[in-house]
Amino acid sequence: MSKPKPKIKKEVVPMCKQDPKQRGRNFNEVAKGYTQEQVVAEAERCLQCAKAPCIQGCPVEVDIPAFIQLIKERRFDEAIKKVKEKNSLPAICGRVCPQEEQCQANCTMGKVGDPVSVGRLERFLADWERKQGYGIPDKSASTGSRVAIVGAGPAGLTAAADLAKLGYEVVVFEALHKPGGVLIYGIPEFRLPKKIVEAEAGFIEKLGVTIKMNVMIGRLYTVDELLEQFDAVFIGTGAGLPRFMRIPGENLCGVYSANEFLIRVNLMKAYDFPRSDTPVFVGEKVAVIGGGNTAMDSARCALRLGGKEVTIVYRRSRQEMPVRAEEVENAEEEGIILELLTNPRRLIGNGRGWVKAMECIRMSLGEPDASGRRRPIPIEGSEFTMDVDTVIIAIGRTPNPIIQQTTEGLEVTKWGTIVTDDNGKTSIQGVYAGGDIVTGQATVISAMGAGKKAAKAIHQYLMKK
Amino acid sequence: MYRIAMKQELVPHINLFEFSAKEIASKTKPGQFIILRIDENGERIPLTIADADIEKGTITVVCHEVGKSTKQLGSLKEGECILDLLGPLGKPAVIEKVGTVLCVGGGVMVAPLYFQAKAFHEAGNKVIGVIGARTESNIIFEDEMQETCDDLYVATDDGTKGCKGLGFLKELLKERKINRVIVMGPVITMKTVSELTRPHGIRTIVNLIPIMVDGMGMCGACRVTVGGKTMFACVDGPDFDGHQVDFEELMARMKMFIAQEKLAFVFHQEGGRKL
Repeated sequence: MSKPKPKIKKEVVPMCKQDPKQRGRNFNEVAKGYTQEQVVAEAERCLQCAKAPCIQGCPVEVDIPAFIQLIKERRFDEAIKKVKEKNSLPAICGRVCPQEEQCQANCTMGKVGDPVSVGRLERFLADWERKQGYGIPDKSASTGSRVAIVGAGPAGLTAAADLAKLGYEVVVFEALHKPGGVLIYGIPEFRLPKKIVEAEAGFIEKLGVTIKMNVMIGRLYTVDELLEQFDAVFIGTGAGLPRFMRIPGENLCGVYSANEFLIRVNLMKAYDFPRSDTPVFVGEKVAVIGGGNTAMDSARCALRLGGKEVTIVYRRSRQEMPVRAEEVENAEEEGIILELLTNPRRLIGNGRGWVKAMECIRMSLGEPDASGRRRPIPIEGSEFTMDVDTVIIAIGRTPNPIIQQTTEGLEVTKWGTIVTDDNGKTSIQGVYAGGDIVTGQATVISAMGAGKKAAKAIHQYLMKK
Repeated sequence: MYRIAMKQELVPHINLFEFSAKEIASKTKPGQFIILRIDENGERIPLTIADADIEKGTITVVCHEVGKSTKQLGSLKEGECILDLLGPLGKPAVIEKVGTVLCVGGGVMVAPLYFQAKAFHEAGNKVIGVIGARTESNIIFEDEMQETCDDLYVATDDGTKGCKGLGFLKELLKERKINRVIVMGPVITMKTVSELTRPHGIRTIVNLIPIMVDGMGMCGACRVTVGGKTMFACVDGPDFDGHQVDFEELMARMKMFIAQEKLAFVFHQEGGRKL
């Protein structure tokens, strides 16, 4: 007779967080991460399913059951190696991936209770490794070929890491003064500490990758010029252009794009002004327009910078909000107000160039639209005005256009994204692309998945050459 | 790190810098700008390029000490380095042969105006220069402009040198056949000149450097209304049709952080980062 199996807990092991009242006033990380005891307890909940449906949900195909098994055995060193076989940025993914829609959505445990918290396990391992100091992983012998990567965001860094491991000489060109792309300029410190982004970018440099800052491809060099010096080029320039609502009053003072607001706060550390030179203005009544992660990040930054009343204004209902579930919970705990089924009509100035109020209209939901979400319809006569002195517009980003404008023969869609095949190959030989520049605004992990695929395709292309 | 290859105080509080930046120098065209950051806590400062020397591998900018960051830049010495330098940014100015070009510059922007005046001259145009400053002692690049321009006028706000104010342009525009006007300077100067040329229907190009952060189209802080449409000065400009720009809005937007700028200035005067 076999031993009776220990009963598996249905509930996820909770993770310690900073107290909402306290954290609403600081930029320290909200979620504190698992302890060794907690991580093993959570790992014990994994059923080690033979079919591993979790892996199918992962855009970079991390061998999830294998690394969880190693955690159960407390072999953290081997566990992180297992993760890093597929994912070069685990401390980042453990924090910002929408796991509930990916690996965890497929978890068998989710059918009887909470899915296994794959993200928290991954985060623990990455943080554990960073504390120990990174080992340098095995690399293939040099191929003698050189690859240029445009953009040091999630797609570019992933492609760079994979190509370096395959023995290529890789140079990443980044226009900003720090690597990380959206990880450094977009996602706030309290959700993703910048020292973690710096450490993971540092790990990629340890693989032998050169990251050149302050180089804007399309202006300093064109893609054609890169092709004279490199055997292949990968474009991962992302979706970094802010969308505005095109309503009256949008250019009043006190009105920011979420990008401007977050770049000031995150990349330029305006939360430390005047020690840090870049200022940011946050008034008392802040409205953030949009329902995604960027909107939530902006609202939570505004709160931390002294906003007394910070309201998210979103035109659909809570169910349609694209934000990561954990973050909307965190935001509400901190006191962010949600004004749902509401859309701004115009911004009203105070006569001296500053915004003082916002006229909105209530919405109802109709049939699903092209995005699959129910279409918002204005309710005529429901207009109302709310007092605001700061407005942050977080309704999405569009692709960076510079490369497309300066690269002849590069096929582009009418939305400005670059056309590629399934493996990232563009219309120009030797030029590959991936991430938001191909798909339009999406997630960090999907961009990493695209970087991975393109690296594989570039390797195949250069092996044949 | 980018080295200051040469620094020269043109007049008190206005300095000329040559930065060693070989690659940027080889790609720079008149009308473009750079963004620099002095140190790890530094803000991103946009400055219009005033010259580029491919052989020496340097670019030139001229900067007026007006706030915390520009004052700090002014305190740096030849041979010292700044942390970051990005460029060239923005679309180059359209330099073409049109006949007679009137180049009007005010304050520190006379320096980058010279870069354009030179290019228009080399393209075979007759160039009339107008350089202005608040007062006589603030006039820069007079000799350089004198050399390049077929005619040069000097104007000061207080009348200490040359004409008092830009009112004389009214007559000039009537008397001379001018095919293109380039204005670089404070927003109010660009607005005034654009209004003066409007009745004559002369194409008037203004070079706008509003408040900006990244300088590559990401933040939208530099948005300006041009012909009723929102444009980003950093990627759609910096050159725009002066007759289409909403200068009132631009002037309001330029003041958005005025309180913070004062605070930073005072904070750093009082010992700054030691606090």
